[in-house]
Amino acid sequence: MTGKSAVPRTILLLAPLLLFLGLAYVVPFLGVIRWSVTLPEPGLGQYRAVLTDPLVQSVFIRTLRICLIVTAAALVMAYAIAYVWVRGTPTQRMLAEFCILVPFWISVLTRAFGWLALLSNRGLINTWLQAAGIISEPLALARNEFGVIVGMTHFLIPFAVFPIASAMRSIDERVLLAARGMGASRSRIFWSVFVPLTYGGLIGAALIVFVFALGFFVTPAILGGGRSVMVAELVYLRIFQSPDWGLGAAISVVLVIFIGILLALMRRFIKPAHLVG
Amino acid sequence: MPQGIQLGDAKAAEIKAVSIGKTFGAFRALKDLSLDIGRGEFLTLLGPSGSGKTTFLMILAGFTAPSEGRLMMDGKDITDVPAEDRSYGMVFQGYALFPHLNVEQNIAFPLKVRGRSSADIKRRVGEMIERVGLVGHEKKLPTKLSGGQQQRVALARALAFEPSVLLLDEPFSALDKNLREMMQEEVKRLHQETGTTFVFVTHDQSEALALSSRVAIFNHGELLQVGRPQDVYERPANRFVAEFLGEINLLPLGALRLDGDKAAGQFEDRTIVLSQTGPQIGPNAVAAVRPEHMTIAATQQNPDHNAIACRIEDATYLGAVTKYHLKTRTGTSIAVSMPTAATTGFAHRSDVWVSWPTEQGFLLPQQG
Repeated sequence: MTGKSAVPRTILLLAPLLLFLGLAYVVPFLGVIRWSVTLPEPGLGQYRAVLTDPLVQSVFIRTLRICLIVTAAALVMAYAIAYVWVRGTPTQRMLAEFCILVPFWISVLTRAFGWLALLSNRGLINTWLQAAGIISEPLALARNEFGVIVGMTHFLIPFAVFPIASAMRSIDERVLLAARGMGASRSRIFWSVFVPLTYGGLIGAALIVFVFALGFFVTPAILGGGRSVMVAELVYLRIFQSPDWGLGAAISVVLVIFIGILLALMRRFIKPAHLVG
Repeated sequence: MPQGIQLGDAKAAEIKAVSIGKTFGAFRALKDLSLDIGRGEFLTLLGPSGSGKTTFLMILAGFTAPSEGRLMMDGKDITDVPAEDRSYGMVFQGYALFPHLNVEQNIAFPLKVRGRSSADIKRRVGEMIERVGLVGHEKKLPTKLSGGQQQRVALARALAFEPSVLLLDEPFSALDKNLREMMQEEVKRLHQETGTTFVFVTHDQSEALALSSRVAIFNHGELLQVGRPQDVYERPANRFVAEFLGEINLLPLGALRLDGDKAAGQFEDRTIVLSQTGPQIGPNAVAAVRPEHMTIAATQQNPDHNAIACRIEDATYLGAVTKYHLKTRTGTSIAVSMPTAATTGFAHRSDVWVSWPTEQGFLLPQQG
């Protein structure tokens, strides 16, 4: 490809996607922005409400809390899986790949209901524990924040595995050998050489998981059972189950701005190539 | 560290490899290798790629376990001692610096691992930085350094904890010629200053000859010869060693006669007299003479020297030396290197005599 034709061809190749995003996302979102400043009356009243309404506040705080816990949990587990995937024996690698990809292909809805079947009061876990006589009353595993965190973490782990594994793969084996040759123990090599060399992947993974988690709807709706409402569900409730379109729209706009800031940060810190493995 | 074994503390160690073998699947990377590495010596493992020299270095380092044989250090069996407990200094091909640590932190790493006090680490790191000429670069990350500077950090890091053995795996392969020569000098100096045992891997014969106190030549997983540079260069054990260490003229000899420490044979219509070498010379032997040991003259000069009639095919001016390509009457190619100052500019296609003193040539078997 010559330098001159490179730019137009790139635009040509991207055109269908850009057109689709423009028509299906940007234009409708402009409408949402308009609602946020016109409903029920023109002005910034809805944004004031976002900042002051105790209900909206509590949903935002809960969302942030859940997202932080989910991000931390997903990173730890994804790190372990990525480690086995990249550095395990061929059998371990295959097993890890299976564990990463199979859930990845199953729809988010199916997975949320799957967790419900496991975690609910009459789900597998509670039934077994009761049958075994370990507990007399069912544990509250679903229809609360715990269930939401479990379901979201499970869904998001693969997204964290890819950037972390990519960072692990790019570590020069000789650097680890060098550390060994200098007398460093395995745990020392891991903590003071291996882990620091994957920081880029960890930051990327954390941002991806966090951004995804912020907008989660299906999983919290099913596993939270309406008692652990997150921002996306709140928007849904405002727009579809109340006449309060203006507030729903304002919350959406705030969420999009917040995610935009996070994505800008992500662009600054990591190369896109690192995110896809 | 296993009890009772004190490693990495002696100033310089001696290593004894006894019948070391290594197989990877069906491939025999090393065959029955026995080699003594002396205290404080600079031993170079030389050979083409795939000859087993790096495999042997990895076995010395403890990164690879030998399939057969034992490895002894200062009289103790260290075959099963893992790399982290051997604690030899090592300079890797491509340096293997810690990319997330700056120059100072890289050099401090092995000292921290050893639990030295921070004052001790600071003093030692400063000393090493000065010794390898990196003052002013202490806070730079490896990516901000040139190849030669990275090389210096790798050397400083490997020597910081005063290892009893320093292993170097083709450390100069990525450097350009001038830098390589500078670093060779530096490594030589560090060897003299530290007195540590150095084991150096390279495929570059001139580097091997320039640096080492002894050279071990490998091919196809076998150790072919070990000796001082001048020994292996001037008295190679076989044709592979002779040809690998530098250009050499090979003249097939007929009617070979051995007489005490001399040998004589027929090449074309001339009788060639040679110092004898090699234990098992068969009836078919070649006379081997290095190009720089031959001289060209218009007439036959010293009657005691060997001389053959040749025609000049080509001359290449290389600055200090001029290299001539000649052909004998029967068409055997001969190369002669002469100091440019000593040549009077022979005309192309002119008939000349190529001669050399009898003690400069030696016999090699026709095969192998």
